Amino acid sequence: MSTSELLEKIAFNVIQGRVEAEDDGFDPGLEGRPAVTELVTEALDQNIDPKKILMQSLTESMETVGDKFEKNEYLIPDMLASAECVGVAMDLLAPHLIMAGVKSKGKFVIATVKGDLHDIGKNILAIMLKGAGYDVVDLGTDVSMDRILNAVKEHEATFLGLSALLTTTMREMEDVIQQLKAKGLRDNVKVFIGGAPTSNDFAVQIGADAYCKDAFQALDILKEIKRSP
Amino acid sequence: MIELFRQGILVKPYERLSRDQLQCLDQASLDILSDPGVWCYNERAALLFKDHGAKVWEEDAPGAKCWRVSFPGGLVKEAVAKAPSRLVLGARKPENRLLLDTEIPRVYFGTGSEANIWLDTKLEDFVSAEDSTVKIKVPRYEEVRGSTALLSRAAKLCERLEHLDFFIRPLNIQDPEITFDNHDVNKFFASLNNITKHVQAGLTSLASFNDVVTMAEIIAGGKAALRENPIVSFIACVFKSPLQIVDDTAEKVFAIVESGLPLVISSSPQGGSSAPIQEVGMVAQINAEILAGITLTQLIREGAPVLYGSVPVRARLDDLHDLYGCPEFNQYNIDCVQLARYYKIPCYSTAGVGDAKVPGMQAMFEKLFTHLYMATSGAHYIHYAFGLLDRTNSFCPLQAVLDNEQIGKIKHCLRAPKVSLQDTDDAVKMVKKVMASSHRLFARHARKAMHSGDVSSPYQFETKDLKDRVIENALEHMARLEAEPAPHLDPDVVDHVYNKVPGLLPGLKTALSDN
Repeated sequence: MSTSELLEKIAFNVIQGRVEAEDDGFDPGLEGRPAVTELVTEALDQNIDPKKILMQSLTESMETVGDKFEKNEYLIPDMLASAECVGVAMDLLAPHLIMAGVKSKGKFVIATVKGDLHDIGKNILAIMLKGAGYDVVDLGTDVSMDRILNAVKEHEATFLGLSALLTTTMREMEDVIQQLKAKGLRDNVKVFIGGAPTSNDFAVQIGADAYCKDAFQALDILKEIKRSP
Repeated sequence: MIELFRQGILVKPYERLSRDQLQCLDQASLDILSDPGVWCYNERAALLFKDHGAKVWEEDAPGAKCWRVSFPGGLVKEAVAKAPSRLVLGARKPENRLLLDTEIPRVYFGTGSEANIWLDTKLEDFVSAEDSTVKIKVPRYEEVRGSTALLSRAAKLCERLEHLDFFIRPLNIQDPEITFDNHDVNKFFASLNNITKHVQAGLTSLASFNDVVTMAEIIAGGKAALRENPIVSFIACVFKSPLQIVDDTAEKVFAIVESGLPLVISSSPQGGSSAPIQEVGMVAQINAEILAGITLTQLIREGAPVLYGSVPVRARLDDLHDLYGCPEFNQYNIDCVQLARYYKIPCYSTAGVGDAKVPGMQAMFEKLFTHLYMATSGAHYIHYAFGLLDRTNSFCPLQAVLDNEQIGKIKHCLRAPKVSLQDTDDAVKMVKKVMASSHRLFARHARKAMHSGDVSSPYQFETKDLKDRVIENALEHMARLEAEPAPHLDPDVVDHVYNKVPGLLPGLKTALSDN
């Protein structure tokens, strides 16, 4: 298979949301054919430039997926399937990109705060962030303040995402922000919050940088931040 | 029998009555048919019953001539056993045919009644008295007398309602040019020219029956083609409850049965006035009436295609009007479905009617309450299910669109479970795969089910803010459906029909150019 054919096939399978050969796609009849994992591996074996794979196969196809989602052709499972494809491809490409001197879009530490086990929204955001080219450190659920602060420090995170679904646990977010300030970490990290009981007002009140009603809004805000000087 | 037909929804029937209770009710109906028997106002029917062993004597009472008929149980049982347990209701498009089989609880939904009123909906802006910047849209309703044009419009809309399986003329045509004699041909033509699904109606006048059959034969492609694919069928309410066989309807039964076309023997007693209000009494009586009607059809012509038509209703006890959308309605009707299954005769049943006069929460409650219950009962052919309001007095196209969404969801809900060894293996594999991932999300694995239609969509007319825009959204959807072209008959067929069938309004023909 030529380089251009391989790159096109990877892009096609990202749009189809097929991580592995056994996956079905958006269109019927694709099961059993090589998918993103197999094709990216093959591309790397053929010494295709990882930057080309990143730019021509992954980034462009995710833009197509985004357009389809906006037009209601795709629903969230389709979008997540494509994002997961990109995430898997990024895992395979990461060592090669580092060697080529390509930096990720940023390090994003994400956690559901202490006392709270809800994680669907957080997990969706993790998949979408990875699919968008961010380096994601997912700390999981019921994460103590110390673990969050340590992770921000250890990974030199540019972004911190805090999630809570309970009115009783959302106050924990304020404590985390206060401690970030106390430890001198606040100026280097932008704090995003989300979860059903939170709101824009609450974000302002506790000193967060942004409230995200869902993963898609988080990505939009990240794009805005990237654009601003 | 046929391979191409509408799939309806196959259900696992909910059964309210035990086998013993069914047998008790069967016996009670036979007892009623023996004593007091029925009051038959049609001489031909009375004589036919007599010829087959019924005890028949002339009633000594003022007024119309009447014969009392006392049926031996054996006569009824033998005749009912001859009615086919499987029949096809045809359609202009083969894929729209219906297959009714008592061994298979396949449920179809369609329109019904012959409402005098067409209820139009218009949205108007209303401004808050407290804050003039706040405006809301509120539906206003206008009652219009039914006409051939509106019946055509109803049929055209119903063609586009994907969950509507058959079309019983829901509107009475009252154009100034419509007479007793041309009523039937015009209502059948307005329907058949605008819908490719099965068309059914009662007959206004026996005199026009042959013209209706001629029209149907031309459209179906000939006499034999019509019998093979009966694109039309008929409803006969041969009983006036309690227990009285109506003279002119009995004559219609003779004509329809002799034509070989399918017929619904329908009875609609009202619990609390023309039948007992108690479940056992109501069901025993309506069953007796339907069994006697079916007996008549089978004595006229053995094996005549017939449906067990049950429309038992309850009286309101404040004004003695019909009360639909109440628990007793479901109880009566489910019992009848079970009895039809007991006799192995396809069941024409009832759901989706209420007292509500306009679309809204009351209509939604009353309709859902009966649609869902009657679908779970496994009734083959549920009429009244689309668009009716104010009991059966008005047909509202907007309500039909709302009912379509509701019935679609019910059909989805009652789909058979997909649980096989392969399915469970796939499910376990999926769980393992997701649990091995960092995110433990099943969303990606919802895609196949989502794209194949296995996963239902949210309520079609929902709004995501604090305003209720169901009616506004449904009206917009209706406008889109009505903008689609009508499935008119071929112009040559129309010309042929107009040449052979007298009494058709010219306006119905020129309406062809509308689309």
